[in-house]
Amino acid sequence: MRAYLFLICPVLLFLGGSYLLPFLGIMQLSFTDPEPGLGQYSHVLSDPLTLSVIWRTLRICVIVTAVSVAAAYIITLLWVRGRPLVRSLTELCIMIPFWISVLSRAFGWMSMLSNRGLLNTWLKDLGLIETSLQLTRNEFAVIIGMSHYLIPFAVFPLATAMRNVDERVLTAADGMGASRLRIFWQVFLPMTASGIIGATLLVFVFSVGFFVTPALLGGGQSVLIAELIYLWIFQIPQWGMAAAMSVILMLAVGGILVLLMRRYGEMAK
Amino acid sequence: MTKLHPGRLATLLTALVALFLLMPLIAVVPVSFTSRRYLSLPDGKYSLRHYQALWEDPEWLSSFLTSVQVGVIASLLAVALATAFCIGIWMLRPRFSGLMTGFVLLPMVAPPVVSSLTLYFFLKKLSEWNSLIAYDSLGGVILAHMVMIVPYAVVVVMVSLSQIDRRMDLAAQSMGASVPTRIFGVILPNIRFGLLGAFFLCFLLSWDEIGVTLFVTSVETITLPRRMWMGLRDNVDPSIAALSVLLILVVSLLVIARALLLMRKERAAR
Repeated sequence: MRAYLFLICPVLLFLGGSYLLPFLGIMQLSFTDPEPGLGQYSHVLSDPLTLSVIWRTLRICVIVTAVSVAAAYIITLLWVRGRPLVRSLTELCIMIPFWISVLSRAFGWMSMLSNRGLLNTWLKDLGLIETSLQLTRNEFAVIIGMSHYLIPFAVFPLATAMRNVDERVLTAADGMGASRLRIFWQVFLPMTASGIIGATLLVFVFSVGFFVTPALLGGGQSVLIAELIYLWIFQIPQWGMAAAMSVILMLAVGGILVLLMRRYGEMAK
Repeated sequence: MTKLHPGRLATLLTALVALFLLMPLIAVVPVSFTSRRYLSLPDGKYSLRHYQALWEDPEWLSSFLTSVQVGVIASLLAVALATAFCIGIWMLRPRFSGLMTGFVLLPMVAPPVVSSLTLYFFLKKLSEWNSLIAYDSLGGVILAHMVMIVPYAVVVVMVSLSQIDRRMDLAAQSMGASVPTRIFGVILPNIRFGLLGAFFLCFLLSWDEIGVTLFVTSVETITLPRRMWMGLRDNVDPSIAALSVLLILVVSLLVIARALLLMRKERAAR
């Protein structure tokens, strides 16, 4: 039993002390700062400004999730089922962005979309536009940047699902004369549904707490929940509100994760 | 039996997605050679001044060193904690091991901004007691990074433990080996590549970490991503383009080298 203490306890104590305990502190703040009660929660859920941030976050996250999962599905299809050369090439296209820091990627989109960026310069050179288009500091840029970040994360659950598809079923459909399109829509797509659901929940969970990309590409024009929490701490200190919002976010994400685990638990049976 | 390969439409769409994924990485390259002080494309005049600035500015160098220091120390400690935990669970298979593992993985699944707020709150409180592990100090950043990377180390070490043969450990035990001998003589040598992988992953995560770092540092302890953030937020500094080009180059070379290595292994296996 001594081994038990020496091996297992250190990390539990470490995380208990520096993560769980302070999180309980945050929860306490959410009920007590500035005044005891549920005032912070009712304010967060009734203040028009805060509500508009929550709605914007939900709207952007839904769009980003749909875009990311759709794009990831297409590229995963070729990564898993393409010919060997195509497979290696798509793998590079997925892995290189995946390992590059979120800051470099956000900066890449700034260079691409800003007023003197690549896209505006090309369009001007081609004579298609006179003055620069405003492509950054808005929701469009946030959606582009977040989707770019999240596509590789959506690829992994999709790839697992596609690898598990029984090849014989496809061959059978082919043998019975189904067209390629029909094989895809009526056989392959339904068989990979579990991967689509997994990828959707995963990407959505990641996107709701996202901070860096929206803050850089939104330029303060489209504040999301995470940036609002940051502002409540460092710009207009309102600890109770920030704490209440964090608890709400944690509960929402926890709920989605329980759904996700149920789903995979059922499939494992 | 011939495998059904994706058709032309899928290939075309994939090419578009691939272009979308690679475009911003390529867009950084021309910007890094601009001769101006602000984010722009070079109009005929190419210049290396931003690369030079990167090299000569002592602030970039000190941030680089801070990041390396934080990354190495946080990763070593995190891997040590994670390895002890995983070996404990693997050897003893205690009750509630699922619950304990779930708890350890918590910082990985919680929204990053919630973890950031929690760690900021914790380090602010610690600052009232000491200055070693405190807000905006090296110790504080190391602690915050450890919390964030421990779960990943646990996952990697668990996976590599699940692949070793339990009978080796049982044989050692039946021949009278003590617990330390079993750990240092049997288990650790068998998972050394897993440990190396865990360290490498932890270092990368710490090296790139920005969400939590933004909350727990301000002006004293500035990691490389933190300095990049400062350059991006206020007035976009093209030095960041130069730095990004270098980082993208390193990552691309590593990923391509790994792909080539795997291809060679596959061919050798055939």
